[in-house]
Amino acid sequence: MAMTLVEKLLADHSGRREVRAGEIVHARVDMILANDVTAPISIQEFYRMGARRVFNREAVAMVPSHFAPSPTIQAAANIQAMRQFAREQDLPYFFEIGRMGIEHVLLPEEGLVVPGDVVIGADSHTCTNGALGCFATGMGSTDIAAAMALGETWLRVPETLRVVYYGRRKPWVTAKDLVLHTIGRIGVAGALYQALEYTGEAVRDISMEGRFTMANMAIEAGAKTGIFEVDEVTLAWEEGRARRPPRIFRGDPGARYAGEVEIDVSRVEPQVAFPHLPENTRPVSEAAALGVRIDQAFVGSCTNGRIEDLRLAARVLRGRRVHQDVRMIVIPASQRVYRQAMAEGLLDCFVEAGAAVSTPTCGPCLGAHMGVLARGERAISTSNRNFVGRMGHRESEIYLASPAVVAASAVMGRIASPEELGLTEKDFLEVAGEAA
Amino acid sequence: MTAIPRTVRGRVWVVGDHVDTDVIIPARYLTTSDPQELARHVFEDLDPSLRERIWPGDIVVAGVNFGSGSSREHAPIALKAAGIACVVARSFARIFYRNAVNVGLPVLQCPEPIPVQSGQTVSIDLEAGTVLDEAGGRTFVAERMPDVMREILEAGGLVPYVARRLQEREASARATG
Repeated sequence: MAMTLVEKLLADHSGRREVRAGEIVHARVDMILANDVTAPISIQEFYRMGARRVFNREAVAMVPSHFAPSPTIQAAANIQAMRQFAREQDLPYFFEIGRMGIEHVLLPEEGLVVPGDVVIGADSHTCTNGALGCFATGMGSTDIAAAMALGETWLRVPETLRVVYYGRRKPWVTAKDLVLHTIGRIGVAGALYQALEYTGEAVRDISMEGRFTMANMAIEAGAKTGIFEVDEVTLAWEEGRARRPPRIFRGDPGARYAGEVEIDVSRVEPQVAFPHLPENTRPVSEAAALGVRIDQAFVGSCTNGRIEDLRLAARVLRGRRVHQDVRMIVIPASQRVYRQAMAEGLLDCFVEAGAAVSTPTCGPCLGAHMGVLARGERAISTSNRNFVGRMGHRESEIYLASPAVVAASAVMGRIASPEELGLTEKDFLEVAGEAA
Repeated sequence: MTAIPRTVRGRVWVVGDHVDTDVIIPARYLTTSDPQELARHVFEDLDPSLRERIWPGDIVVAGVNFGSGSSREHAPIALKAAGIACVVARSFARIFYRNAVNVGLPVLQCPEPIPVQSGQTVSIDLEAGTVLDEAGGRTFVAERMPDVMREILEAGGLVPYVARRLQEREASARATG
């Protein structure tokens, strides 16, 4: 029987020759992750289950990233609980503040998740790892506790919705714009209970970093996972990184899909998602014409806090100043990204432009700390969600866009495209990912 | 964990489509996992006055994609601690649906919209998976939950369910060892 990529992965991990969408399987898990919001409950429930040891100490990663470095005593106590559990269980992958990163950026970067894995995490954006050809999905704390004890989890094999990208992107159109456009097309429940498979000739032109951005936002369409097939871009990225041998799975010809959406990328403009849903997308030219003034601009998060994102934002900011009415916050998503940005002079460029730069944290994206919005304020952000109250007061607003559009908006004080600043295709190609 | 009743009858709060976990329990409260503390802020960013009007035994009737967004288990924990007896939605975001079952919050997926208004009463048969709109007199049938989820709910949540499996594993290890 012909199987999809996701069916292949789940059949393999549940010791079956074949599985079909809709079936329930018990799948072996290769990597489990939790953060400082979700791990405290996982730890408590793990012991309440009567479990004593995690099934494999090398398959559990703990990353304090949400309320870190701790803004409150209670937040500090949560990280303390994680730290203590990591010691008790002798976990090699507890990442201390100052040596960490946002989990979905850090784990692939460290080679801890590799192609062919089944990855589950107590964080909805665990689907980011699908960029590597993994079956990766978010769950709650108790499910993670169960997996830490049993080494497996139950899963309903999802149907797959294929999104086929073709054509050549225009300058300043990034992976973020493609995924925002896709969510705009199919809606925030457009792939509910399904896997989103990103495919087509145009995905070959998307760098690994861009693929992480697209897989990251699969959950914003309701999907269980977002996945790319492994290709030479993936393998080149894994070179010298993967701590286990990558395994390559491919969908069979003739496999059954829930549907197919075709997107001609040459017709996609940079996108802006308006409040309060990621599906409320408009082309940046339309958004700019509305003259939407902003108070805060944020470049960072598990969606767009990677080195290519910072290069893009810095290219727009170089020789320019953040508008006097705007505060701009830039947060490299991991220590490695931070150091790279430092070496390339990007941090200098941000500080010179009048932006605040911080150590890795999820802080602003979820209104935790480091950039909470007051009543009536508007932010443009490279993060993944613009829900009501997500970054602060329930009467604040969030607009989602690429690092280039966020940086241009920070300079203009209103939603703007890089082209409005006189930036050209040449400027974009100077910093766009190798594969772009 | 207390056993889940077979039937629930209660007053309804109607909420719309795409009610996300950020409005169910805002992230600013996520440094605690204390159910009572979380319950104090349930739905705060959806409607700040709603929390004061919710009473134990009330039922939430929602549109599509209820619980979208974060994996935070704090969301079903907060709803349960606030006294919500059941959430009925046209569809759920999958992580929320799974979390609700894991913590023992009854959830029913009824694809057909139920034409009730806040303040009206519904009777739910959790065993049969039906919702009776008392004012309209119509019964709506929920989609069947996968067997594994029913087993988890019947066990009283995922903790006792896994505890049993771990004991079985240990027993068989002893027997063979």
